[in-house]
Amino acid sequence: MIEVRQLTKSFEDKIVLNKIDAVFETGKTNLIIGQSGSGKTVLMKNLVGLLEPTSGDVLYDGRNFVTMSKKEKVHMRREMGMIFQGAALFDSLSVLENVMFPLDMFSNMNYNERVKRAEDCLARVNLVDAGNKYPGEISGGMQKRVAIARAIVLNPKYLFCDEPNSGLDPKTSLVIDELLSGITKEFNMTTIINTHDMNSVMGIGENICFIYKGRKEWQGTKDDVISSTNKKLNDLVFASDLFRKVKEVEMEEERNQ
Amino acid sequence: MQFFYRIWLLLHISVSCYNMLLIKWLTTFGNYLILMGRSFSRPERMRMFFKRYIKEMSQLGVDSIGIVLLISFFIGAVICIQMKVNIQSPWMPRWVSGYTTREIMLLEFSSSIMCLILAGKVGSNIASELGTMRVTQQIDALDIMGVNSASYLILPKILGLVTIMPFLVIFSSAMGIVGAYGTAYIGHITSAEDLTLGMHHAFNEWFVWMSIIKSLFFAFIIASVSSYFGYTVEGGSVEVGEASTDAVVCSSVLILFSDVFLTQMLS
Repeated sequence: MIEVRQLTKSFEDKIVLNKIDAVFETGKTNLIIGQSGSGKTVLMKNLVGLLEPTSGDVLYDGRNFVTMSKKEKVHMRREMGMIFQGAALFDSLSVLENVMFPLDMFSNMNYNERVKRAEDCLARVNLVDAGNKYPGEISGGMQKRVAIARAIVLNPKYLFCDEPNSGLDPKTSLVIDELLSGITKEFNMTTIINTHDMNSVMGIGENICFIYKGRKEWQGTKDDVISSTNKKLNDLVFASDLFRKVKEVEMEEERNQ
Repeated sequence: MQFFYRIWLLLHISVSCYNMLLIKWLTTFGNYLILMGRSFSRPERMRMFFKRYIKEMSQLGVDSIGIVLLISFFIGAVICIQMKVNIQSPWMPRWVSGYTTREIMLLEFSSSIMCLILAGKVGSNIASELGTMRVTQQIDALDIMGVNSASYLILPKILGLVTIMPFLVIFSSAMGIVGAYGTAYIGHITSAEDLTLGMHHAFNEWFVWMSIIKSLFFAFIIASVSSYFGYTVEGGSVEVGEASTDAVVCSSVLILFSDVFLTQMLS
């Protein structure tokens, strides 16, 4: 479980995150949603330690990440996996080498064991035959799947995904969502996904945290979203005609029951 | 009164600009030292470090051999022709062309000028590679994994270039001399005997060592300064391009400055 307490982040005079309190549960896909510029990415960067919070705490199963020493943070990071918006695969390494990289750095396995483990992870994301290709030779969706394989290769306890569906078609986005949701259950991880893809919200949103102008505006499940009366949340989630119609149908069904 | 006020205002603005530049320069230098401190820490995995070290030696050094040999050959030939045409006279000893060609190649060209050329090739390569890794979040990915990204990426580049640079300097000097002989055998501008006489005349072995020592400092400057500019890029492709240019300009200026001090110290 990851708990955020009174987290504030400001850049000089500009407050980007204002006293955020949130709990992200283990074994669930936790989503952070919000408009562009609302502070989602800054929140995630504070969670993983790429930015230092101005004030507040981030607790990983009770361990305060903010007050940890540099050495403790380095050890803590080995329990984390992260999937970046642009996949952030190492261009000079092949797909297999990319997935093997965390094992090369931190495990005591021999070469054959490392290759076997990396191939297993690639198989888990349905990329059995792509091991010898380079990141530049595969599609955006495949790159995201390689990034997932690399993130889970060390069996992390915490998985962070920054806009995993950006730049992907709806069908591929669905595959990525299902993969993330499946992996979360399989490895009992605490998964936090930063997204503004409403298909993801309605598909895998078990715990949704809505950020509006640097403040936590709302928190609940995907079912709560349908019945929510929060105007700011509804403006974001039901911005498209399709989702508005879905909500109307759902509400009508509820009334009829 | 108005005149004095204007003078005072001009002085005030000049001092403010100077202070701002000084603060900016000191901040950059401080950040550079901090990055070097992070880079020169013990690698997490020696196996991975040596893998990268060999790769960097190949990418930065071995891949530069072609351009080093090409430029050195022609510069050696041109120096020899210039000396023969402009310096050689009945009043000069016949070994003067060979002697001056050897001294110029050994003392300045192969160490300093060659390193200036390599600052352009290798420096821009390092800065753009690290800059692209920064803007595509590959360096963030390393940090998230708990890898010391500075040590993992920068240390092998610095040590790789410092290791390979003396070899490039020796190859350059040798190729310059081959170029000079080319003018004798192919261009028939001078005789091979005169050149050989000049090459042997008053040879000081220390000059070879001086050239190698200077090149070690220059290699460190090229790799570390370019790494700093690449590693600290913020923004996108435009900023990566700017960082690449800054890396080349800054390393070239530092090479020229340090050349003066090193030549004075080692001579």
